[in-house]
Amino acid sequence: MLPVDPAQKLSFTRFITDGDLVIVYERHDTMKAVKVCENSVLQNRFGVFKHSDWIGRPFGSKVLSDKGGFVYLLAPTPELWTLVLSHRTQILYIADISLVIMYLEVVPGCLVLESGTGSGSLTTSLARAVAPTGHVYTFDFHEQRAVSAREDFERTGLSSLVTVGVRDIQGDGFPDDFCGKADSVFLDLPQPWLAIPSAGKMLKQDGILCSFSPCIEQVSRSCETLRANFTDIRTFEVLLRPYEVKEGKMESCQADKRGSIGSLSRKRRQRSSEVGSNGREVSNSPTTIMARPSPEAKGHTGYLTFARLRCLL
Amino acid sequence: MSQNNNLADDPNQNPRVTWEGCSVLLDINDSDRLVFARLTAASTLTIGNKKYPLQPLIGCPFGSLFQVENGNEGQYLSRVVPTAEGDNVEEKGCCQIKDESKDNRGLVDNNTAQSLSSEDIDSMRRQGATGDEIVQALIANSATFEKKTSFSQEKYRLKKQKKYAPKVLLRRPFTRSICETYFKKYPERIGFLRVDALSLLLSMGNVGAHSDVLVVDMVGGILTGAVAERLGGTGYVCNSYLGLAPYPMDIIRMFNFSSETCRRIVRCSLTDLCSSQNGTCVPVGEPGEPHNIETQSQEERSPMCSASVDESAVSSENAMLDLVAETSTSLVTKTSKTPKPGEKASQELISFWKENGFSSLIIAAPEVDAWSIVSELLPFLSFSAPFAIYHQYIQPLATCMHNLQLRKMAVGLQISEPWLREYQVLPSRTHPLMQMSAFGGYILSGTKIHTEDQLQPK
Repeated sequence: MLPVDPAQKLSFTRFITDGDLVIVYERHDTMKAVKVCENSVLQNRFGVFKHSDWIGRPFGSKVLSDKGGFVYLLAPTPELWTLVLSHRTQILYIADISLVIMYLEVVPGCLVLESGTGSGSLTTSLARAVAPTGHVYTFDFHEQRAVSAREDFERTGLSSLVTVGVRDIQGDGFPDDFCGKADSVFLDLPQPWLAIPSAGKMLKQDGILCSFSPCIEQVSRSCETLRANFTDIRTFEVLLRPYEVKEGKMESCQADKRGSIGSLSRKRRQRSSEVGSNGREVSNSPTTIMARPSPEAKGHTGYLTFARLRCLL
Repeated sequence: MSQNNNLADDPNQNPRVTWEGCSVLLDINDSDRLVFARLTAASTLTIGNKKYPLQPLIGCPFGSLFQVENGNEGQYLSRVVPTAEGDNVEEKGCCQIKDESKDNRGLVDNNTAQSLSSEDIDSMRRQGATGDEIVQALIANSATFEKKTSFSQEKYRLKKQKKYAPKVLLRRPFTRSICETYFKKYPERIGFLRVDALSLLLSMGNVGAHSDVLVVDMVGGILTGAVAERLGGTGYVCNSYLGLAPYPMDIIRMFNFSSETCRRIVRCSLTDLCSSQNGTCVPVGEPGEPHNIETQSQEERSPMCSASVDESAVSSENAMLDLVAETSTSLVTKTSKTPKPGEKASQELISFWKENGFSSLIIAAPEVDAWSIVSELLPFLSFSAPFAIYHQYIQPLATCMHNLQLRKMAVGLQISEPWLREYQVLPSRTHPLMQMSAFGGYILSGTKIHTEDQLQPK
C-alpha cells in the first residue's frame, strides 16, 4: 500500500501483477479489497471477473466481466482501506484520523504508541505518517483481534512499520521498554484515564497524547487526570459534511415568446432534448450545476482530546 | 562543509531542543499573542513596552515556559520549571469548584476596589518584587476579591498575571502550530485554510514517504511546507505555478527543515511541465538523487532557467519581517550554502515525472478556476492517483466535479466541508467554546482513473 519500496511506487509504468492488493471499485459506497491471484475470479452482481484479465493492466483501469459489467481496479491507500476493511470494532474515519495525525505531530521517523488496535483503521494512516524510518506499536487486549490485525497489516504490506501486541493497556499500562521514547500516544479505550499515567511515562518531553472518546463523561474524567502532568489540553469534535452535486434545468420566469411558462408541452420538449447522442447537450435551455449538503450525514463520532506532556527537564 | 550551517541537519541536534538560528513560535500569555521568531544572540521580543533578549531561550527544550523576572541588569526572561506534582496555581481553580454560594449581587463597579496605585506598583518593582508578588499584593489589596466566586477569583488572578508577570511558552513550529497561528492572525495569507482542512488535504492526497506530490500552493507555502513535513526528506513536493513568477512560499521559512527536506521542495512552471521538448530521458529509478551538494545553486542546477527567477527571495524577507514586526526580532540573513527550499526543478526531474506521473495532486488556489487547472494537471498524475482540491467557494468545485464525472476522468468524487468545534472541559462547566470558526472551506477529492484514449504527457 505504501511505497516502502520506492520501486513499487505508483507510476505510468506500474502495472497490476499477481499478488497485488487492489481495491475493486463499483461505486463510491461499494468497494472491496482483493488480492490478485492468477487463477482466481471475482464474482459480484455485475458478473464474473477473471483476475488473469487484470494482470498487466495499469491501476485505475476499468475491467469487464463475462456479462459486460465493469468495475475499476484502484491502488490501495489508507483512505480506501478504511472504507473496505472488515469491521471488528467501531473504526475511526478520515476526518478524525486526519486531525489526530496533524495534532499528534506525527512525521517520518516518529515512534507512536496506540491502544486499542481495533480494526486497524487509524493504525494504517499512522504507519503512512511514520514511514519510512518510524514505527507504530499498537496494543489490543483481545488476542483474536490482534491476530486479525496482524494479518491485515501483512496483507497491506505494512508489517515492517507496525507491531501488534496483546496487552491490557488500561490494566497494565504500556511496556516499560518504551519509557520516554514515544513521540505520541493515541488512546481509544473505554476508560482512558486509567492509561493516561502510563502514557505520560512513555512520552518524550513535550510529546503529545490523544484520547478518542464517544462520550463527554469520558472526556471530562480524562481531562481531570491529564491536568496532573499535561498542559495545553484541548478537546475537539470534527465532522465532514458531504455534498451532492447535480446538473439541473431551471425554468426561467422571464416572459417566454413561445407562450405559457412551464406548460406541459414545453417541459416534454425539453426533456427529450436533454442529452444528444454524443452525450453533449443539444437543448439551448440553460442548465445549472447545483450543490447541496447530503441530507444524511454523521452527526457524531467522538471527542478528540489532545494534551502535551508538561516539560519538566 | 557549508552544509553544517543548518543545525537541523546535525544528527546530534535534538529536534526537541532549540538551537541558535532555529525558528520558534512564542506563545505569550496563553495564546493572547503568537509570534514567530528566530533565536539569535541579538534577537529580542517586545512585551508591553519592554524588549527582552531571546538569548535565554537558546538550548531550551520546546515546551519550556518563561516568565519575566527582575535581575541585576533589569528584567529578563527566566525559565520556569514547574514541580513534578503539577501544583501550578493556575490549575488549582479548575479542579476544586465546589457548589458555589457566592454570586455577584454585592459587586459595584465604581473603580475603588483596588487600593494599590500604579505608583505603589512601580516602587514595588524598583525594590525588586517579582511579578507574582505584585499579583499577590493586588489580590491582597482588592476589597472585592474575597466576595468573588472562586471562578471569577481565578479570572482576576489570571488577568493580573498576564499584565504583571507575562508568560512566554516556547513552541515547536510544526504544520499544526504554524497553520493555527496564521489562521488566527493572518487567515487571508493562507487562503483561510483551517488546520482540519489542511490535515484532510494531506490524507486525501495520500501524502507519505517517497511520494511525488504535485501541488498548486497559492496559500503562502503552508501547503508545500505541510507536504514536505510529511515527506521527511524523501520523495518530492513540486510546487507548480501559472505564468512566470512562482507563488510565494515564505511560510516554509518558519519550519526548521533539514537540508534534505529543503532539497525535496522544488518548483516548476506549468509551461515547463507541459513543454513538449523533453530533455534527456533518464533511466527509471529513484528520481534525480541530487548528485552532490555543491551544485545546488540556482544557476548550476538549471542552466536554461528563465528570466522569472527569484523575486520570491526578496519578498519573503519582507513577509517574515512583517510577521515578526511586533517583536523587532533581528533576523540573521544566512549567507551559507544551505540549500534553499523551492529551487527550480531540474530537467531530469521533470522528464522523470512526465514518464512516471506524480503520485498525487493537491491544489489550494483560490484565484484559479478549479476545472481549468485540474484539466491541465490531471494528465501528469499516475493512474489511480488521488487528488484533493481546496476552495473557499463551492461553485468552482461543483463545476469541476461535474466535468470530471461527465468526462469519466475520475472516480470516488466527493465534495466535503470540514467542521471543527472546540470544547471547554471543566468539572460541571463543559460546553463548546463560545466562539468558533464557522467555515473551513470545501474540498473536492477523488481518484484518477485510466482511460484508453488519454493523452499521456510526452
